[in-house]
Amino acid sequence: MQAPTNFQTQSPGDVIINDFAFSVATANGSGSQTSNNVLVQTLFNMGIPVNGKNLFPSNIKGLPTWYTIRASKDGYTARRATTEIVVAYNSATVVEDVHDLPSGGVCIIRDDIQRMAPQRDDIVTYVVPIKDLMNQADVPSAFSKRVENMTYVGAVAQLFDIPLDMIYTSLLKNFNGKAKPAEMNFAVIQLAYDYFKENVEKVDPYRFEKMNGTAGKILITGNEAGALGAIFGGVQVVSWYPITPSTSLVDGIITYKHLRNDKETGQSTVAVIQAEDELAAAGMIIGAGFAGARSMTATSGPGISLMAEFAGLAHYAEIPCVFWDITRMGPSTGMPTRTSQGDILFTYYLGHGDSHQFCLMPGSPEEAFEFGWRAFDLAEQLQAPIFVLSDLDLGMNNWMAEPFTYPDEPVKRGKVLNAEQLQQFIGEHGSWGRYLDVDGDGVGYRTIPGTDHPMAAYFARGTGHDEYAVYSERSDTWLKNMARLKHKHYHTGRQMLPQPIIDYDESKSIGIITFGTNEPAIVEARDLLAAQGIETNYLRVRSLPLAESVLEFIKAHDRVYVIENNFDGQLHQIMKVEFAEQIANTKSLSLGDGLPMAARWIIDSILEYEG
Amino acid sequence: MPSENVLGLSRNDYKGRKSTLCPGCGHDSISNQIISMAFDLGLEQHNLLKMSGIGCSSKTPAYFLGRSHGFNALHGRMPSVVTGALMANRELKAVAVSGDGDTGSIGMGQFKHVIRRNIPFVYIIENNGVYGLTKGQFSATADEGQELKYYGRNDLPAIDLALEAIIAGATFVARSFSGDAKQVQSLLQAAIRHKGIAVIDIISPCVTFNNSELSTKSYPYGKENEIPLHEIQVVAPDYVEAKEEITIGDYDAGEIIDVDMHDGTLVRLKKLGRDHDPRNRLQALTVLEEAQREELFLTGLIYYEEPRPTLAEAENLVPTGLVKLPAEALRPSADQLADVMASFR
Ligand SMILES: Cc1ncc(C[n+]2csc(CCOP(=O)(O)OP(=O)(O)O)c2C)c(N)n1
Ligand code: SF4
Repeated sequence: MQAPTNFQTQSPGDVIINDFAFSVATANGSGSQTSNNVLVQTLFNMGIPVNGKNLFPSNIKGLPTWYTIRASKDGYTARRATTEIVVAYNSATVVEDVHDLPSGGVCIIRDDIQRMAPQRDDIVTYVVPIKDLMNQADVPSAFSKRVENMTYVGAVAQLFDIPLDMIYTSLLKNFNGKAKPAEMNFAVIQLAYDYFKENVEKVDPYRFEKMNGTAGKILITGNEAGALGAIFGGVQVVSWYPITPSTSLVDGIITYKHLRNDKETGQSTVAVIQAEDELAAAGMIIGAGFAGARSMTATSGPGISLMAEFAGLAHYAEIPCVFWDITRMGPSTGMPTRTSQGDILFTYYLGHGDSHQFCLMPGSPEEAFEFGWRAFDLAEQLQAPIFVLSDLDLGMNNWMAEPFTYPDEPVKRGKVLNAEQLQQFIGEHGSWGRYLDVDGDGVGYRTIPGTDHPMAAYFARGTGHDEYAVYSERSDTWLKNMARLKHKHYHTGRQMLPQPIIDYDESKSIGIITFGTNEPAIVEARDLLAAQGIETNYLRVRSLPLAESVLEFIKAHDRVYVIENNFDGQLHQIMKVEFAEQIANTKSLSLGDGLPMAARWIIDSILEYEG
Repeated sequence: MPSENVLGLSRNDYKGRKSTLCPGCGHDSISNQIISMAFDLGLEQHNLLKMSGIGCSSKTPAYFLGRSHGFNALHGRMPSVVTGALMANRELKAVAVSGDGDTGSIGMGQFKHVIRRNIPFVYIIENNGVYGLTKGQFSATADEGQELKYYGRNDLPAIDLALEAIIAGATFVARSFSGDAKQVQSLLQAAIRHKGIAVIDIISPCVTFNNSELSTKSYPYGKENEIPLHEIQVVAPDYVEAKEEITIGDYDAGEIIDVDMHDGTLVRLKKLGRDHDPRNRLQALTVLEEAQREELFLTGLIYYEEPRPTLAEAENLVPTGLVKLPAEALRPSADQLADVMASFR
């Protein structure tokens, strides 16, 4: 141990339990992912509410990467702007990492880079003799680089009271139950643990302790949740082109598609096609949707832009299909591995002409699962593409969640006529037209190819068409069709899509509106603001077009802050368009720095106006 | 010719809307042959899909098979839409129409990849060497050195789409001329039965923008210079599904190659001048290569091979169309969800 001279050794009364954050600084591709996963999983198993966020660069090996782990006895799961503890394992960032520690913080540093670190006497430093430990370890040299990050797991376990047997359980899980690699890694953890036990005196106040904050919960990424949603939602054709951060969503579908295998033959009922580009991926799901299958793709901004023409076609030809946009920082390739909510405007209006799309915005793994299956029902009921706007933070990071609820509604296929129903329809209405709006909700009845009826066929197209899908360039026909599409969008869709979550109490005059993954930061910020006497109401938007209740909420407050993780305040811009002059009392607070939102920024921003 | 087919339908029942193409356009002749093919074979229209990209050629599916579902997709992107539709329902057959601009330029990538995936459908390229719908620009198949009144001289070499198809791995590649009704008809009959993708590059003159005798894609040139590699006849065994038996017409014995199709049909080729065996890939490439250099216009079945597994087979999909699965098959059980959830604890 190297206790700073003027650092006050904590008395037992000062102990801080289960309420602090770590930042682990390593090099990308150095195997730190396993170490970090093991730590997060173990804390979760100890019953401590936890989140793990991977702040990584767009490269495979070598560049700096950070992993932040936050334990919160009060159950807050947002990223924390500052971390009390840093694991400094990367020489390239050690200066910055140690510099950023708050006073009283803790630095766990490998001995071979210690001399590069700035000297601070207001923090505690623990040194890991990484070379010595690795020399003692009985690890084949080929693996040694890959397991040396386990030394900090051992150090952290000893310093902060994590039981080693629980670490082993998590390791085993991480290696899918394979004992051999688990044991090899564990041996290194044990060495570091023992070294710290024998040689280092603990002088910082931080401790973990088992508690009961995660009972019954799961730890899962949003992309895994979305993939499971798709599998339980009946997806049949998936086509995609690899892109971070959406790839793991399709990987998840591949992992779980066996759940839908034919029971007798073991043959697959889910086709997954890796397309040659995003244009083709979009074309395939549109073809599949037209033919009557539940189809989806997953991509991020660069892919969404290539899909624009097809998205407009699907909107106008009224083809059910599902697009996931796991948003990352744009424009262009932007910061490809950093999170953002910056694709809302582009996606909402995707397509040329007067097109607009239906968007769902999940804010948690539970919702990623639910919207994952519901998106297909909505696509078929509305006969339209559905865009699920998630982001890198939800998609690729581990989140604590309630186990998913089995879909509580039967599969909804919308208005599809088989031969018999078509005959009946013709009997009732005289004729059938693909785009005839007999129910007044803007949604016609469709037939799918293969329907054995001489009148079943129609010709889907992106060109102007009448109610019978026949080519037309007549202005009156065009206008009638547009009016129906707008009605479907602003009336039928608006009511059918997931409604906002609202926490409202008449006595409060300040409102907060947000969407998606800002939820945890806002939950925390509202508590802390309330502690300072600023009580807020809250609305979380979950779909576009905006629900009418959003406007009601705005009208019910003196001031409403619209909080987003993009630079331009894009949701706020949509509000301005859809609610025109009625929202003068709103204020856009928008950040967009590539990081998951932290409560601190929200509190500071609101205090600037309210303080 | 009988006025009704095995399904009791007339040829009229296989027609579509009235064509709006320029009178005399080669594309209309091809539409007529598609109608005849489907009528003659007694194809059930509800099990047929007609698909296309964008262009004059791609408008034509509106003009045939009025009782089949159709999809006029995007410029060059028909192949991906067909792929999705046929993966969703592998029991459908599809006839797709594209132009040389549609396939040879903007759609080249999808063309190559749909072949590579072996999606089983008939891919017809109505090749006129120009962009028709956008009024006469050179396409990628236009002859090098060709002159057009407005756009001047084309200095770039032509892309041969039959060559490209063979290289990409197509197992049925043919070339024909829209003015040769008989040959187009036989090729279509063989193509619709092929289990893999069947590419037919049909020279289809644009009478409005590219009918100069100097163009190899013009009507006069096609008429003058067509060299059929063989006469083609499709011989169906008795047992094939609802379609009429095709009797073997008169042909000269001796110089005959029978090409076995997967469904038991034979394509019987009567060799003409050239000694071409379409089962030989290298020979197919050579013949096309030579023809290009000598400005010969070869037609017929240029390459044929027993088809590789289709994408649906390669993915081990259930044999029935996915769209026919009952709602129960779309959702695993609550117990399965509980098991998955337990693995995330
Ligand atoms: C993305 C896109 N780019 C350009 C066009 C304009 N466009 C319409 S048809 C066409 C060319 C059609 O030529 P070809 O495929 O040879 O068919 P033809 O009209 O000659 O039958 C073009 C460029 C378009 N519809 N979409
Ligand atoms: S412009 Fe050419 S290709 Fe188009 S319809 Fe007229 S003749 Fe046919």
